[in-house]
Amino acid sequence: MTTAPRVFLVDDHQLFLAGVRSELGDVVDVVGAASDVDSAVEMIRERVPDVVLVDVHMPAGGGARVISEVAKTHPDVKFLALSVSDAPEDVIATIRAGARGYVTKTIGPDELIDAITRVCEGDAVFSPRLAGFVLDAFADVAPAAADPELDQLTPREREVLRLIARGYAYKEVARDLGISVKTVESHVSSVLRKLQLSSRHQLARWASDRRLI
Amino acid sequence: MVAGVAVGLADALGLEPNVVRCGFVVLAIASGFGVILYGVGWALMPDGAQGAARPESPRGDAVATAAFGAVVLGGLLLVRAVGLWPGDVIVWPLAAALVGLALLAMRTTPSATTSELPDWPLLRRVPPDAADAIAVLVGTRRGALARIAAGVACVVFGLAAFVVSVDSWRALRGTLVATVAVVIGIALVVGPAVSRLVHALVAERRDRIRADERADVAAHLHDSVLQTLALVQRRADEPREVVRLARMQERELRAWLLSGEAPAANANASLGATLEELAASIEAENGVPVEVVRVRDCGIEGTEPLLAAAREAMLNAVRHSGAAAVSVYLEVEPEQVTIFVRDRGHGFDTEAVPADRGGISHSIVGRMTRAGGRASVRSAADTGTEVELVLPLAKAVESP
Repeated sequence: MTTAPRVFLVDDHQLFLAGVRSELGDVVDVVGAASDVDSAVEMIRERVPDVVLVDVHMPAGGGARVISEVAKTHPDVKFLALSVSDAPEDVIATIRAGARGYVTKTIGPDELIDAITRVCEGDAVFSPRLAGFVLDAFADVAPAAADPELDQLTPREREVLRLIARGYAYKEVARDLGISVKTVESHVSSVLRKLQLSSRHQLARWASDRRLI
Repeated sequence: MVAGVAVGLADALGLEPNVVRCGFVVLAIASGFGVILYGVGWALMPDGAQGAARPESPRGDAVATAAFGAVVLGGLLLVRAVGLWPGDVIVWPLAAALVGLALLAMRTTPSATTSELPDWPLLRRVPPDAADAIAVLVGTRRGALARIAAGVACVVFGLAAFVVSVDSWRALRGTLVATVAVVIGIALVVGPAVSRLVHALVAERRDRIRADERADVAAHLHDSVLQTLALVQRRADEPREVVRLARMQERELRAWLLSGEAPAANANASLGATLEELAASIEAENGVPVEVVRVRDCGIEGTEPLLAAAREAMLNAVRHSGAAAVSVYLEVEPEQVTIFVRDRGHGFDTEAVPADRGGISHSIVGRMTRAGGRASVRSAADTGTEVELVLPLAKAVESP
């Protein structure tokens, strides 16, 4: 990275905004912060950051609405969702709205910076818990899958997710499977795409519960 | 109908709600007596009876229904004798029609979904034709048909009787118009007040329920979050302890938010939930976060050795590895259960531990082997330690 990623923060908790700002301040370029959906959408369109750190739970539609609104005009802005919630429907719904990663707010500063860099480079960021949810959602063989390309994981993707769920970093996954970190990243990105586009009924149900479809 | 009195009464008596409604309506038409009864019922109805847990299905007991019908009939005869009576020609056909409607609207009773006769010894000696007739009466599928037929017949009879007696209807018309006019007049005068009263009652009940909910939430927050915050303030100079308290409270609050109640010890708990409770208690005792990720779940029965081994592995990790956090992964597959316990601590030399002693060989590997599973330990100074536990499932206990 020659230049620090330009990061925008969206969270309705001022305390948390201030905390993240001071944690990230030296390493990334925090170009702004907003604490509600409408002003966030407006300011992101105006400043066009590389990565938006967005809180999942906010009044008036939450992070998912910020993501889908911005994507209409600025599809290149990347989103990393931050939340205190571990409920699978929140995680899945936010990913399906277009976030490239999901981390919980208990994440340490180093890991958060690592996740931002990864998302900025176009990769996906899966926490162990998210990997667990995905394995769960894709667990059974889809009965008469409408699109086997999208509705099932390959054995290799399953292996990669399993290691991430076991708490392995990408580097460790690569070493364990004897593949390169780049290959691990491409497997995870492919899983992210399936997660966003698949019509498997669990995913569709989770998303429709949050009125995203 | 309005306040759920009929449903409440039906629950109390073990009757079809529609039967009770029908009784109220008939009495109301006859004299207004039903309205009074309904009002009394509403006033007496215990708070929150509506929507409270009801038996899955009313008993639909023929005897109880008949008894209730007799009570209504008795009420009708009583008001007839007293003289508050619009006339035989109106009440009886309407009553018949309403009974018909109630029969039609009646829910299918559980016994009606099976076409088999109950296995009573008495029935085995009954000839087949008679058995069919009994089947109709006790409410088999054919019984449902018979019920519909009877309902239609009652409605038709009621209407027909009404039309046939159209002559006497003319004679009655004067009285009836006068009665209707008086009723409308009273309704106009009293109506707004009654409607206001009803709204006030509904609003009051809603407010009370809301206040109760708020009190519950407040009580819970007070017992948990506020207590923890107080502890955190007092121990501000012990970062490890503060983190431990915050983590514990976070877990507890999240469980409460997601499930709507405090996590409770449950004898029939799932393997995943038990593992998470175990991890939470180890975390609380040692102050090292233990993250559990689980993919699918199964019942706890038969997995006790696995849980015991996992507990030992988690304890080793938080006590001896020096790692800041421990990751636990549980995956249930149709034929086996796998648990990984991983830390990024300083690791140890697996060869250096004598095979005949030490916690690992005895309480982890030995335990898993005795239970028909296996355990393996990978450890290195730079990557930390990972314990893998695999237990084959004897039978398919998996639940989705």
